[in-house]
Amino acid sequence: MEDTTVEEAEVSSAVEFAPALIAAHPHGNSVAVAIGLELRVFDLRSGCPVSLSDDSGGRSHSGSIRAICFSVSGALFASTGDDKLVKVWKTDSWRCIRTISSEKRVSAVAFSNNDLYITYADKFGVIWLVNLEEDGSGHVSVDIKPVSILGHYCSIITSMKFSPDGRFIATADRDFKIRVTLFPKNPLKGAHEIQSFCLGHTDFVSCIAFTSISENQSFLVSGGGDSTVRLWDYINGCLLDTFEVRDKMGELLEPNDQDDSSQAIADICPSNDGSLIAVAIQGFSGVMLLACDLAGKKLSFRKVITMEKSYIPTSLASSFSSELLWTVMGASNMPSQASSQLLTRLRIIRCFQNDTVSSSDNDPATLEDSEVPHGEKLLMALQGSLDIAKQEEVLASVLSALKVSMHKMLVKKHYSEERREQRKRGRNDKKIKS
Amino acid sequence: MTSTNGAGGGGGRQHQASAAGKLPRKRFYRARAHSNPLSDSHFPVPVSPDEFDLSQHYPRYFPGDKAGDGEEAALPPRIRFADVGCGFGGLLVGLSPLFPDTLMIGMELRDKVTEYVKERILALRASNPGQYDNISVVRTNSMKYIPNYFRKAQLTKMFFLFPDPHFKEKNHRRRVISMQLLDEYAYVMEVGGIIYTITDVEELGDWMRSCLEKHPLFEALPEEEIKADPVVKLLSTATEESQKVARNGGQTFHAIFRRISLQEE
Ligand SMILES: C[S@@+](CC[C@H](N)C(=O)[O-])C[C@H]1O[C@@H](n2cnc3c(N)ncnc32)[C@H](O)[C@@H]1O
Repeated sequence: MEDTTVEEAEVSSAVEFAPALIAAHPHGNSVAVAIGLELRVFDLRSGCPVSLSDDSGGRSHSGSIRAICFSVSGALFASTGDDKLVKVWKTDSWRCIRTISSEKRVSAVAFSNNDLYITYADKFGVIWLVNLEEDGSGHVSVDIKPVSILGHYCSIITSMKFSPDGRFIATADRDFKIRVTLFPKNPLKGAHEIQSFCLGHTDFVSCIAFTSISENQSFLVSGGGDSTVRLWDYINGCLLDTFEVRDKMGELLEPNDQDDSSQAIADICPSNDGSLIAVAIQGFSGVMLLACDLAGKKLSFRKVITMEKSYIPTSLASSFSSELLWTVMGASNMPSQASSQLLTRLRIIRCFQNDTVSSSDNDPATLEDSEVPHGEKLLMALQGSLDIAKQEEVLASVLSALKVSMHKMLVKKHYSEERREQRKRGRNDKKIKS
Repeated sequence: MTSTNGAGGGGGRQHQASAAGKLPRKRFYRARAHSNPLSDSHFPVPVSPDEFDLSQHYPRYFPGDKAGDGEEAALPPRIRFADVGCGFGGLLVGLSPLFPDTLMIGMELRDKVTEYVKERILALRASNPGQYDNISVVRTNSMKYIPNYFRKAQLTKMFFLFPDPHFKEKNHRRRVISMQLLDEYAYVMEVGGIIYTITDVEELGDWMRSCLEKHPLFEALPEEEIKADPVVKLLSTATEESQKVARNGGQTFHAIFRRISLQEE
């Protein structure tokens, strides 16, 4: 019923909800949260919120941020989204050094591993590349024209990542596809050679991540609207294992706790040793951890970490240097939402790594707010408020909006007959509830 | 290419799996749990080439009563030619006797047209026993789903005959030949494979040629090879569209290129 109510809300409102995003500096220097057009950064070394400055000569964000990322080195950070701006930030000073204008809205962004290029995907499924080299000195350079390097025909890119060795760029889309493309030495001429397609998802692919056991062997993990997490040999496009999250949730939860039937995967995040995959699931208050046996090429259930009832993470992040898993929940663009209500809730899980010795001391668990690094200062900066009661109220509304956000962002606007019937029936519920 | 899903044409659908004398594989049932895996299209699309059921298209090449697993060593044949936007299927019918042992498929978006081609092929098979068993047609949007049907380096020939011109600049991205889509065609073609394009619209002819010339994975076929290739004649004579153009005395423009491997400087 929840579900149908939410879909009606979607029909009546023209705005699109934007889920809150989180990214962690690879070496643990800082954490960034994006909510609506706001970018909040906290410096973990100094223990202070960062004030961003912009000398790129470009506009600041005026639309929902849809994608953020750090470069592998940690030197650069990017934010982009509905306002068609791709902003590149230097993380030492948190100055914006470059504002690139895209012709279309942007849905995904990534840096090549050497920090030389930034790539972003527009809403037509075209991936554009900009050379960042001239910016080495920190100077604001004239906007070099972005070049299109590849495209997913008329689809929307949901996730884009470079392989750990930098040889490949992987792009996932709403049409169930993951494309792995060789990233050439001179990418300005385009990335035309496809290494593989990873096909197996039976609904949209929402997120992809690389994970590796050794320097020269890595794998791809993906999550999707079909409620599966999949492990791929991306060099050959072979599906190695599929973990059915929905089935597992069915075993774990009481039937009446499963009000949301889709259980689409919202985000995944591998631990720095590659042995665990954290999974955020639409409609589930908490995080599921999967053990990822890269040698045995298997995904298996490790545990679920449940959180307060209305806390459903929208985004996950971790860094190479620490065992913390950062999770955030929030949404913007909700009807009747004042900007002062751009609240997010942050929860952090410690010991996000696989341990053979499973004692309660080193088992992954959620930190209390008082245990969070830099405590209230960090929470205040990244959440926007410490008032948990107020938070909960807002989060409850975020919760229902999020379901829509997933649907709207990712699911096709085509409903099966069955679904249409459900929607019709749901209409009355909606009236009663609102 | 190896695959954990097991190479092989058979066994996509439930009834096929049992018809092939193999145990139905659970995986397939699971995928079918979603009534229509590609929900925005109104035709079924295989989730991956492994699930593209060839036995239904080429029954003579996939006899259902094949003996046990021991014979799996002999690889099942694969589709080698694809006629993209095949229309009424004239090219397939022309090619079939020229390459009697090569599996070919037409890909067509329009439902009625696809049905027609199906009927046409069945009728040809019925009246010419032992012939036309190597051609078939599938209803699909080739611009979205090519990798769902073919594996890497599987095809030796691809045909794009008299495609829709989409004159307006803003519609150029709807053209079946573009830099983006050539990446996918290059992926499904083997090195050495040949892509044939022809049109009566000069502007489109220039466009297709220039895309192919710019693309690093294709190289123009030398004129002598084009002359010697028996397939080339069919481009301007075999299809319904080509015959219409010929009747009206129209000019045609072809671009025929070879898939090459990437030379990085
Ligand atoms: C002008 S006709 C040419 C047909 C045929 N090749 C001939 O020469 O007679 C173009 C055909 O391409 C089909 N077509 C257009 N877009 C397509 C797509 N995305 N996927 C498959 N077929 C498509 C159209 O339905 C039409 O039948």
